Amino acid sequence: MFKSVFERIKKGIEKTKKQLVEGFSKISFGRKIDESLFEDIEAVLLKADVGTKATQEIIEFLRQESKKRKITEGEQLKELLKEKLYDILKDCSGSLNLTNEKPNVILFLGINGSGKTTTVGKLAYMLKKDGYSVVLGAADTFRAAAIDQLEVWANRVGVRIVKHQAGADPSAVVFDTINSAKSKGEDIVIVDTAGRLHTKEHLMKELQKIKRTIQKFSPNQPVETLLVLDGTIGQNSINQAKTFKEATDVTGIVITKLDGTAKGGAIIPICKELKIPIKFIGVGEDIEDLQPFNPKEFVDALFE
Amino acid sequence: MFELLAEKFSSVIDRLKGAKKIDEKTLDEALRDIRVALLDADVHVDVVKQFITDIKQKFLGQEVIKGLTAGETIIKLLYDETLSILGGQEPPALNKSEKPPTIIMLVGLQGTGKTTTAGKVAKHLKSKGFRVGVASVDVRRPAAAKQLCTLASSIDIPCFVDEEEKDALKLTEKVIEDAKKQGFSYIILDTAGRLHIDQELMEELVKIKEKVKPAEVLYVADAMQGQDAINTAQEFHKAVGLTGVILTKLDGDARGGIALSIRKILGVPIKFIGTGEKIDNFEPFYPDRIAQRILGLGDIQTLIEKMQAAIDEEKAKQMAEKVMNAEFTLEDLRDQIRMIRSLGPMEQILKMIPGIGGKIKDLKVDEKQFVKIEAIINSMTPEERRKPFIINGSRKKRIARGSGTTILEVNKVLKQYEEMKKMMKKIKKSGKMNFPFKLPF
Repeated sequence: MFKSVFERIKKGIEKTKKQLVEGFSKISFGRKIDESLFEDIEAVLLKADVGTKATQEIIEFLRQESKKRKITEGEQLKELLKEKLYDILKDCSGSLNLTNEKPNVILFLGINGSGKTTTVGKLAYMLKKDGYSVVLGAADTFRAAAIDQLEVWANRVGVRIVKHQAGADPSAVVFDTINSAKSKGEDIVIVDTAGRLHTKEHLMKELQKIKRTIQKFSPNQPVETLLVLDGTIGQNSINQAKTFKEATDVTGIVITKLDGTAKGGAIIPICKELKIPIKFIGVGEDIEDLQPFNPKEFVDALFE
Repeated sequence: MFELLAEKFSSVIDRLKGAKKIDEKTLDEALRDIRVALLDADVHVDVVKQFITDIKQKFLGQEVIKGLTAGETIIKLLYDETLSILGGQEPPALNKSEKPPTIIMLVGLQGTGKTTTAGKVAKHLKSKGFRVGVASVDVRRPAAAKQLCTLASSIDIPCFVDEEEKDALKLTEKVIEDAKKQGFSYIILDTAGRLHIDQELMEELVKIKEKVKPAEVLYVADAMQGQDAINTAQEFHKAVGLTGVILTKLDGDARGGIALSIRKILGVPIKFIGTGEKIDNFEPFYPDRIAQRILGLGDIQTLIEKMQAAIDEEKAKQMAEKVMNAEFTLEDLRDQIRMIRSLGPMEQILKMIPGIGGKIKDLKVDEKQFVKIEAIINSMTPEERRKPFIINGSRKKRIARGSGTTILEVNKVLKQYEEMKKMMKKIKKSGKMNFPFKLPF
């Protein structure tokens, strides 16, 4: 039924490899450094959604460093590029913030279709397996059948769900979920919210209200607020991350849909500019396809 | 929609507009800015390269068009090139089967908005007078069928699903057979989201297509997608043969680069765009209008159509007469506000006006101001609305209390109204039309 943990991780890495490798593996580094090599690297970075600004900075860095270090071989440049990418990403890994206070609340945000509900389900499964008791709060009261979708996940994982009618006030759902988890002494509440475009101001305000509701229960505890970003999205993800961060303190990012051929390179500018830790990556449709983000593996996979 | 491109393009255009002569250096600088703008908007790297080369070659290889300055020539080249990438003048028509029902099948990745779009397509066709049904063969995403049926019932369209049947092919047979019995003109078939590299599911899609023989296989694509958008679309195209594309999530600050890439690389037309969460936020894709928007030239045609759809002609005539006779009352002001608001959010409307489109990136219109004005007028007696001059201090106090505003705000509305009346008298004299009232920003 369930694949072994080892196999699962291997599969995930292979997938990551596959999507990322294609780019850099197409470049032959076994030549002297010349203008065309820089151009090749630039094209791969752009095609990976790294964006013009970050790409330019990386290329500029490579030019200067290679001069400074008197590097002439392509292979050496490759090492330098690896070093640079790792350098950018290493500040952006992190794990879930869990405290001893019960219940811990994990709030999920993101735009429509980024994969919030699915990620909530997968995280609930992961946490339950780790021995925590988990309750889901169905605060997406807007999208048709969102509550049903979350309920299917709750049943699949075997955790409790607290829900209201469609159209109900999401903050009220959150209040009830935390309250009920508290009275039952459960460990973790995961809140699924409606997808919202970061440009819709009133919806961003609604998020702030949800957050205030959570903070009423434990005023001194920062709420673990995870932004779900679709890995296939291009330069817009940077705006998404920025705007969500401005509206409410985002404490972590989950990048989904990295099992396709999209390269998820927007991680690089996001990490560079915003320094929000990337906590998980979604690499498949199975319940077990959520993995902690490992910058080293991510960079290595780009080149293997 | 396309704000980022519009902003960058119009700044380049402003720079070039007056130029009588353009040397290669100026051209290169302008093209460099355009290249960055296109890449930042997620247009595919290869398409960007081609675009820049084409413009440069065409400009250097041709004489300045007669009657145009060098700057205007380049703008025309930019426009023509953008338009040709978007699909030229092609009208966004849907294919029809020889005999009904015409089946429209929606395919795509997860989370691009297929189900919502199925509802929108159905509504669009229904509003044109066709009998439409929707069916879901999504056996994967929990509650997908329910989502479709909830949407369908909100627009009074029959929905065909079977949540018990877990085999997508058997399900396809069943729902299509059921739907066909109803004598629909169109059946919209929603399929499960899938990854283009998932062979098993792609084969399933091919089989579904063989079974239902759709007249349209529309690829639903998220306008925010990055560089990989093209790979994905190509794989779908190879597998099932796409007949068109629907771009979703073009509201917000989607950069929409895919609009420029997809047509160029796939050769498949974009047929519709989704511009919001609501079921009416859906428009046919007109390449010329979009090209104008991308270049920051506004989109006056869409604005006019929206006005025609929203505004009752009879009422508009009455209004015009009142304006001409200077009989404009506060009641009329209220009607006018309602009319304009029914066109959609002010921000969207303003961006369609030529000359504004590319220039106001972060325009925020406080829609609440309109609500306030309406509340203030609502709190007046009919007599006060018709003869505002009778509104004295104590009446103002009452109106402010009734509308939850302040006397200051009541005064402001009255003042604006007076100004408008003055303006209308002027219009009557000069015969020139101006924007009917001051905008709250």
